[in-house]
Amino acid sequence: MKGLSLDVEKCSGCRACELACSMKHTGEYNPLNSRIHISIFHEKAFAIPVVCFQCNEPWCEKICPSGAIKTKTDEVKGIKVVEIAEDKCVGCKMCMLACPFGNMRFDGRHAVKCDLCEGDPECMRFCAKGALQFKEAEASVGRKWKSIAEKILASHYA
Amino acid sequence: MYGWAGKVLRINLTESKISIENLDAKVAKDFIGSRGLGAKFLLDELDPKTDPLSPENKLIFATGPLTGTLAPGGSRYTVVTKSPLTGAIANSNAGGHFPAELKFAGFDLIIFEGKAKKPVYLWIENEKVELRDATKLWGKTIPETEDLIRAETDEFAKIACIGPAGENLVRFANIMNDKGNAAGRSGVGAVMGSKNLKAVVVRGTKGVVVADKEGFRKAVLDVYKYLDNPNTKGFSALGTPLVTVLTQARGVLPTKNFQTGVFEGADKVYGEVFTDTLNVRGKMGVACFSCPVACHRYSRVTDAEFKGEGPGPEYETIGAFGPGCGVDNPSAIAKANIICNEMGMDTITCGFTIACAMELYEKGFLPQKDSGVALNFGNAKAMVDLVGKIAKREGFGDILAEGSYRLAEKYGHPELSMSVKKQEFACYDTRGLQGMAIEYATMNRGACHIRGEVQDIDLFGVYTWRVCTDKKLSFVDSLTTEDKPLLTKEVQDWFASFDSSGMCNFIFFLGVNEDALLALLNTGTGAHYGSAEEMLKCGERAFNAERLFNLKAGLTSNDDTLPKRMLEEPMPSGPVKGQVALLDKMLPEYYRLRGWDQQGIPTPEKMKDLGLG
Repeated sequence: MKGLSLDVEKCSGCRACELACSMKHTGEYNPLNSRIHISIFHEKAFAIPVVCFQCNEPWCEKICPSGAIKTKTDEVKGIKVVEIAEDKCVGCKMCMLACPFGNMRFDGRHAVKCDLCEGDPECMRFCAKGALQFKEAEASVGRKWKSIAEKILASHYA
Repeated sequence: MYGWAGKVLRINLTESKISIENLDAKVAKDFIGSRGLGAKFLLDELDPKTDPLSPENKLIFATGPLTGTLAPGGSRYTVVTKSPLTGAIANSNAGGHFPAELKFAGFDLIIFEGKAKKPVYLWIENEKVELRDATKLWGKTIPETEDLIRAETDEFAKIACIGPAGENLVRFANIMNDKGNAAGRSGVGAVMGSKNLKAVVVRGTKGVVVADKEGFRKAVLDVYKYLDNPNTKGFSALGTPLVTVLTQARGVLPTKNFQTGVFEGADKVYGEVFTDTLNVRGKMGVACFSCPVACHRYSRVTDAEFKGEGPGPEYETIGAFGPGCGVDNPSAIAKANIICNEMGMDTITCGFTIACAMELYEKGFLPQKDSGVALNFGNAKAMVDLVGKIAKREGFGDILAEGSYRLAEKYGHPELSMSVKKQEFACYDTRGLQGMAIEYATMNRGACHIRGEVQDIDLFGVYTWRVCTDKKLSFVDSLTTEDKPLLTKEVQDWFASFDSSGMCNFIFFLGVNEDALLALLNTGTGAHYGSAEEMLKCGERAFNAERLFNLKAGLTSNDDTLPKRMLEEPMPSGPVKGQVALLDKMLPEYYRLRGWDQQGIPTPEKMKDLGLG
């Protein structure tokens, strides 16, 4: 199953992903409507993106009293998405309380969250630095091993 | 309206009166926004003879129609006012995250009038706008001010503010936003200080709507494609400091107040030195809002003598405090930059004012009893000490706070100020760049390197602009004069166009051309600019509006000149040894191409053509 992978080493904090997401889902450029969010730490020259992790055991799904949140797997597109059925959502906002990461938002009528754009994430398309990638979660593990190994190597042969 | 928010916020500080006006659609289209629209409002509303530091001056914050959109580099706003440094129009442009937030609050422009009785800041929460007491913020540095205001407003508020330099009316004080972005030049911060306005604080929760969503998206993706080139990669990795190696190689790196164009310690202040030793994330840049390039740096200096941390330094800062002052110590340069950013001062004017003082001192025109120290070139400690003193107007700093022209004039040698219209040169010697000679001489805000970068064409190989493709130019020689009047005129109008759009200059110097901006403007605003020519005419209109303001303020063609050193003293060493700036050969032709008479005044036909009548 593919998902959005976030590489904090590469994020420059431009927030193009927020703009792209808000346009795709709400028809206007407004970072507040985005389902992905970048926290920028100017003094550390660092920026950290956060977006729904499509958890295996979603707390939002567990707590939803109206059964509006369900995990759906699309074998063809190779994605697993924690989805909100808008017609079932009663707007109680329990899911917002339950999500530890702030990835559940409320648009005034019902809860909204990242839906992976049906397997073609718009945010990733505008991530110039490649901090956002859409791939198998396991695929980044190998690269991380190598990256850590290279750092250790560099510290020994400086 | 699409692109534009359609609203102008007017603040009368004398009467604490706040009003909201509609933006006229035709005026918006004709002047695009930001720099152009700011010039239009200033020309219409301000008597150009006004004393810049009097309550009668106006201070305009102007975003563009593409600010706050996904247009790459759509992060900018321009501060337009009458400059206390030059007496001409000031238009200082900055990126970061504040300008987009202003747009999200629903405003294209803010116009400040009058003077508050005591220090205030403006707090904007969408249409809820109020002036708040800033008495306890007076005297605070830029980072302190931001932190204190955020604590009493909204933790996500974006802030533009002045530091002690602006409060003390240093003639080159700037307005900083997001702690590290500067509306840097021409002393716009002193105007803000003269109005007792400490900060503008914004939290905007509305969006920006574009006319043709799919078309706009495609235009953005096209720009992403154009930006996929080696220049962008290099620029992302090193930021503007990559320029030092180029200007040194060309022999145009201002050294010791422009006495020569090659610096013996240049390799100690190349871009790589900063990324490898001082920049926090090495070759990883920090981005302004909506920018795929990310050229900003953040530095941490550990050297005990110059300890500190903050954003930058950029190339111009490195050039001014480094080679300009004969200093080859990156830590000292970074420290001077940090102080400027914290106190809110233009690093270019600050650096070259100190460089001018050093030359006056070494030549015996400036006595040590005035300077207080042996102010030789290369004295890094004295340089850094003076930066802080200038901001506070302490001792000799009080004289330097007036800028290099007034300093050199005071000591009887105004020709040693490397300035045009009393604004200091940026870090390019004109003797090896004839395009820059005419650019410095004619730019409406005084010497300026980023309002008509003819040098980009040959220095960075930017042959993708229509000014090159239409004329099939594949090589521009920086030493020839025949081609420069036309190139300068066209490139200035082109820059005035995109400066007015809300996008960043750098996107275009990385190869993006007129057609790309036209596509973004048309799909973004729906205003139907019929062709690139029509769009560029808006830039020309803005440029001429600025010129008209200056002429009415009392400037003349005599102000379109360069210091004697550039015109008469051949470059003493390096690759362009023997060259001078051949301004006389170029200026008459430039005036003619502009549709100006030989006194530099736009002809009635030109005025009519541009609708400036």
